[in-house]
Amino acid sequence: MTQYTDISGWSREQMAQRLAQDIPDGAYVNLGIGIPELVTRFVPEGREFIYHTENGLLGMGPSPAEGDGDPELINAGKRHVTANDGAAFFHHADSFAMIRGGHLDLSVLGAMQVAQDGDLANWSTGKPNAIPAVGGAMDLVAGVKQVFVITQHCTKSGEPKLVESCTFPLTGQNVVDRIYSDLAVIDVTPEGFRVVELCPGVDFKTVQELTGAPLLPANQ
Amino acid sequence: MNDKRVLNAARAVADITDGSSIMVGGFGEAGSPIELIHALIDQGATDLTVISNNAGSGEVGLAALLKARRVSKVICSFPKSINSTVFPELYEEGFTELELVPQGTLAERIRAGGAGVPAFYTPTAVGTLLAEGKEIREFNGRRYLLEMGLTADFSLIKGHEADSHGNVIYNKTARNFAPIMAMAANTTIVQARKVVEPGVIDPEVVITPGIFVDRVVEVSDPAHESQLIAAGVTYQ
Repeated sequence: MTQYTDISGWSREQMAQRLAQDIPDGAYVNLGIGIPELVTRFVPEGREFIYHTENGLLGMGPSPAEGDGDPELINAGKRHVTANDGAAFFHHADSFAMIRGGHLDLSVLGAMQVAQDGDLANWSTGKPNAIPAVGGAMDLVAGVKQVFVITQHCTKSGEPKLVESCTFPLTGQNVVDRIYSDLAVIDVTPEGFRVVELCPGVDFKTVQELTGAPLLPANQ
Repeated sequence: MNDKRVLNAARAVADITDGSSIMVGGFGEAGSPIELIHALIDQGATDLTVISNNAGSGEVGLAALLKARRVSKVICSFPKSINSTVFPELYEEGFTELELVPQGTLAERIRAGGAGVPAFYTPTAVGTLLAEGKEIREFNGRRYLLEMGLTADFSLIKGHEADSHGNVIYNKTARNFAPIMAMAANTTIVQARKVVEPGVIDPEVVITPGIFVDRVVEVSDPAHESQLIAAGVTYQ
């Protein structure tokens, strides 16, 4: 049995870079907190993505220089950002009309677990003493046209994050379209998980051993 | 005479009674009406229900109101933030109840409440723990949850500039929940950096029309949560 910690897969930056290649020019994109935020560093040459942050900004730009932050210009992670030329500010109901109304092209989220039918769990461990907090995740998966998950393939203790069915509380049912892990790019299809691309140096058998549900090979 | 100006924050919140429901604008520190909240702490009303996206940071603003044990219930989407210690303690103790609502559902419930719509169907949270006990109905082959509109006795919001008629414009992402909360409360109280005469704000750029606003108070140099926390301030 292969140990997850023995494998050298894509770095977080390489995962983000690989994901960015699949975003079309002109797409309206909402990036979740954490690894998804790295996507902004890897916009392919000749393409422009327009970033939405659910607290009321379309056309979000990069972080300002240290010390230049405006406490009234922040992203959903409550970090200082900037507004690009062509940006727009709006209130929360309009912001979630963009999300729920299917106007955004892509949502990129982190995950605790993804099931083979596309169920996503990323908001709560479900432990009785945990303080629940959901934010906008359930709205994003319910409304955005495409949902990409970017995540380590397994937990720190080596448990698969791609599973037959989620054991953590769900964020949404049948919502994930594609997963970018450190080991592979994997589509969620009606038949289950299908490998689209393997990280160089990582073989199908290894990824299968570290996945909690059957994998289909890439289409020939 | 349509003059909604009030002399100071203390007068603006003077009639808030025990047991009131209060919408508080802001997303994190952006748009948090700290001076109005501090005036409410001084005023003493208790057993409040607070409707806000977050549950405060440090021991200033909303967190200070919670710390003073004035809030029996919080309706919000994300009660955990950096420097957020007060709410977790009160929640674990059982003093403050939490109604957790997805962020977009919270926004739409407030907009619906302000627009005279008692309830609506949404796809958000179908098939999750937050759908428990809610009516489900299918439209065009997809399942939706029935969610109720939300109104409140008061809204406390922060604007950038307001005029004496109550027209308000905001600053960047400090706008967030303020325009919809202004619509959904029986009495809406606005603090603004500058309060001007009618006609100064171009009608084309007004975000919240004055009909949704009851009181306007000038707070020319409002504090920011992060700066107060960094300076070690606790409000009590």
